[in-house]
Amino acid sequence: MRFAKLALAGALVFSAAAATAQTVKIGFITSYSGLNGNLGPYMERAVRLYLKQHEKELGGVKVELLTRDDTGPNPDKARQLAQELVVRDKVNLLAGVIFTPNAMAMAPIATEAKVPFVIMNAGTAVITTRSPYMVRTSFTLWQSSYPLGEWAAKKFKTAYSLVSDFGPGHDSEEAFTKAFEAGGGKVVAKVRVPLQNPDWAAYMQRVKDAKPDCLMVFIPAGKTATAVMKNFSDLGLDKAGIKLIGPGDITTDEELPNMGDVALGVLTVHHYSAAATRPANKEFVAAWKKEYGQNETPNFVAVGAYDGAAIIVEAIKQQKGKLNPEKTMEIFKQWKNPNSPRGPIAIDPETRDIIQPEYLREVKKVGGQLANVEVETLGTAVKDPWKELQKKK
Amino acid sequence: MSGYTSDPRIRWTELLPWAAAIAFFFAMPEYLSLGARILIYILFALSLDLILGYAGIITLGHSAFFGLGAYTAGVLGAKYGVTDPFLQLIAAAAMAALLGISTGAVILRTKALTLLMLTLAITSILLEIANKATWLTGGADGLSGVKTDPILGLFKFDIFGKTAFIYCLIALFLGWLLVRRLIYSPYGAMLTGIRENTARMHAVGAPVYWRLVLIYTLSATMAGVAGALLTQVNQFVGLNVLGLEPSGDLLVMLILGGVGRLYGAFVGPVVYLIAQDYLAKQYPEYWYFGIGVLLIVVVLFARGGILGLFDPWLQALSRRRSSARALAR
Amino acid sequence: MILYVISVGLSVTMGLMGFINLAHGVFAMAGGYVLSTMMASFGLPFPLALVIAFGVIAAASIVLERLLYSRLYTAGELAQVLFSIGLILISMAVARLIYGNLAAPVFLPDYLRGQVHILGRDFPTYRVFLIIFSALIIVGLWFGVERTRWGAMVRAAVDNRGMAQSVGINTPLLFMATFALGSGLAGLGGALGADILPVQWSYPFEHLVYFLIVVAVGGLGSLRGPFIAALLIGVADTACKYWIPEFGAFLIYAATIGILLWRPLGLFGVRA
Repeated sequence: MRFAKLALAGALVFSAAAATAQTVKIGFITSYSGLNGNLGPYMERAVRLYLKQHEKELGGVKVELLTRDDTGPNPDKARQLAQELVVRDKVNLLAGVIFTPNAMAMAPIATEAKVPFVIMNAGTAVITTRSPYMVRTSFTLWQSSYPLGEWAAKKFKTAYSLVSDFGPGHDSEEAFTKAFEAGGGKVVAKVRVPLQNPDWAAYMQRVKDAKPDCLMVFIPAGKTATAVMKNFSDLGLDKAGIKLIGPGDITTDEELPNMGDVALGVLTVHHYSAAATRPANKEFVAAWKKEYGQNETPNFVAVGAYDGAAIIVEAIKQQKGKLNPEKTMEIFKQWKNPNSPRGPIAIDPETRDIIQPEYLREVKKVGGQLANVEVETLGTAVKDPWKELQKKK
Repeated sequence: MSGYTSDPRIRWTELLPWAAAIAFFFAMPEYLSLGARILIYILFALSLDLILGYAGIITLGHSAFFGLGAYTAGVLGAKYGVTDPFLQLIAAAAMAALLGISTGAVILRTKALTLLMLTLAITSILLEIANKATWLTGGADGLSGVKTDPILGLFKFDIFGKTAFIYCLIALFLGWLLVRRLIYSPYGAMLTGIRENTARMHAVGAPVYWRLVLIYTLSATMAGVAGALLTQVNQFVGLNVLGLEPSGDLLVMLILGGVGRLYGAFVGPVVYLIAQDYLAKQYPEYWYFGIGVLLIVVVLFARGGILGLFDPWLQALSRRRSSARALAR
Repeated sequence: MILYVISVGLSVTMGLMGFINLAHGVFAMAGGYVLSTMMASFGLPFPLALVIAFGVIAAASIVLERLLYSRLYTAGELAQVLFSIGLILISMAVARLIYGNLAAPVFLPDYLRGQVHILGRDFPTYRVFLIIFSALIIVGLWFGVERTRWGAMVRAAVDNRGMAQSVGINTPLLFMATFALGSGLAGLGGALGADILPVQWSYPFEHLVYFLIVVAVGGLGSLRGPFIAALLIGVADTACKYWIPEFGAFLIYAATIGILLWRPLGLFGVRA
């Protein structure tokens, strides 16, 4: 009789523990509307795909994704959303963010509330220094633009830099210029274009008149890239012998079909191309198409979120769903993945930023479709050059 | 236009909004930052009502003063180390007043479309300047890390918003007192006169132009203070405080609540911001659609806004009261 | 130049009819969407699609005018402003629901792409086409308003509606037709400009300021005004971006303020 009671008590306790399964809430802020608002869904899909694929590893812990639309580069709104997620919804983690201004505005919230913040896209180098609770799984513009400058200096004598006037644009311009000039080249002009500007013709005309060997462009990936490409050809810059180069944002995978043949031959440097042939990527792309449709393709925004989801899952696994902010950050800092769709990547424990390979790609036709074909590997474990340079100072 | 009586004593019903605010503070501690936002917009709406509802000036550029106030406080707090909250407010008020009087003196000579256009152009220029002067304003990135000292050294501004809410409540209270005095004064009566029949006012000999400039400047100052409050509460200022959008939003809020009646400026932002908080996140398309429809409905059928719907009852009440008083004599 | 075609319609409705219609951009946006849909889903050639865009928008505007706008002719500026803002919000929501977040894709016919060589400089063909087309429109409109009976009737009706009606002019019909023309022009402008000003759901608000500037600077009620204004602004804008990109749109606003203060009725404004 006593044994039965004990057994019953034990069963009750056991089932009570099982019933109160841990839930981890992630406050997911990205852009579903506004400038390049078509990119938000890529992030969300990538995260959900990863979570789905690795459900078993979570060990019964439920992951709740609270998605919010920051409507584009809107730091005020992003900040407000983050504050509400932290105070009202009591999320354990913040994640996402396409635009730098938004990430910067959210930083003080992450710090004050001690909520780890996984940046899955925003690419300005200085962001991760704004809060000790930030970690970034995407990229920095220095990582792509610095090797670009180094490589370009070997091929071209003069360059013209045209970038969008905000954080990532300034980074790209600075990184490229530094590397290009260190390699003996000359940047004849550096022009910054307002972020929300529809008409590129005037700027392109100026480039044409300056007659550089190459034009380095950075604009936020998405529709803007297509507009720039069109204006480049409409004003005849390609025929004038000016080569278009830039970080991979300008030939982003999901926009390539809209750009038309004018994009052929454009050379870019980036950490990810959907056309990459390594097995991990083939699996990733196949899984994406299976889940979201044969005509859909992932892009670098997706891969940033995919790997971001990976470090979150790792943190959940190791802490069995009970997330402690400091411990989570420790786990983040030690994380490595030799088999990401983009190649071997890791988080730099000193800077909490990502270390990853950079490839030189050329736009070619593969199977009748335009693709960013990786033609050369420029570096395998590229740390953020800006932070490296800061250290030397 | 109803809502304006000549009795300046405070009726007990006018204490309700303040009681509600205090109740909100205790009942919903997680929503205090939304609450502070609402209070700031009420102040902003009050400032617009002064010129729109009472003086009849239609403007889409009121955000210029709001934004200027916001950036003044922001730049002082983030770049120049002026972190005393009251100093920031005073500076913001001064800048906004300056802009108000300088632009007002110039544009109030024009009318209708030209006036509208000029107000829009002014706020657009300010937006452009803020966008380009990255070294000062942070440009598209915005200005984070705006430091504001704790009030009286004790009450810190944090993400939970307790200090922010009470701070804004007090500011709003003071603003409300000011507006109330103004509209129940002879000056206020004259404003209504200008709105209803400018020609006659000229004929009566009232210095219409200068009175308009005065009210415009006062309104600008109030808007500037509201903007500064926003920066202090958020410890951040971005481009969204300037340009067409905040002006447009404010106009909608005020119309919704009811123009030209002191409490329209209270009701409008409360309804709009709460609805937006709830709906806009889930269904952004339906939110725009809903507001658009609401706006058209109000314009076509309910010019007085939400409070206008209550007019028949209010008039019946006041008739009964005054007839009761008449009988009692 | 796109600004002109779209704005002249606004000048027509605002100047001739005295109605502050901020929602003009809505018609332009709709025109752009119609063009895109016609070409993409129905495979129609560019010129035909343009004509259809004009027609469809003009027709739609008649419906709107009868149902909604006509109630507000005497309602005062505030009501008109608010109404048109409401209309903008609704149309933005609808556009987003139907067409999503992205800009409507437009593929120009090959004969309009590339460059033409004029007087030793290369110009993008399409923009030359636009300038010529706009010039044709203004000539056509001027002819219509100054030389035809219809134009005379419109002018009469606006000058003194009561008088015009007593003379036997059917003012409601006239206003309806004029509104249709103005809105149709907007639709045409939006369609023509779809390549340069991408057509997406936020279109009406994005470009509202520009349309208003062109009309206010050009002057209400005149046709030449917006044309000259659009020309000036277009050239100045491009020139500024070329020579001093750091100042961008700033100069446009400053110029607007300057011009409006010097000439509150706009450069060629007629109404007092």
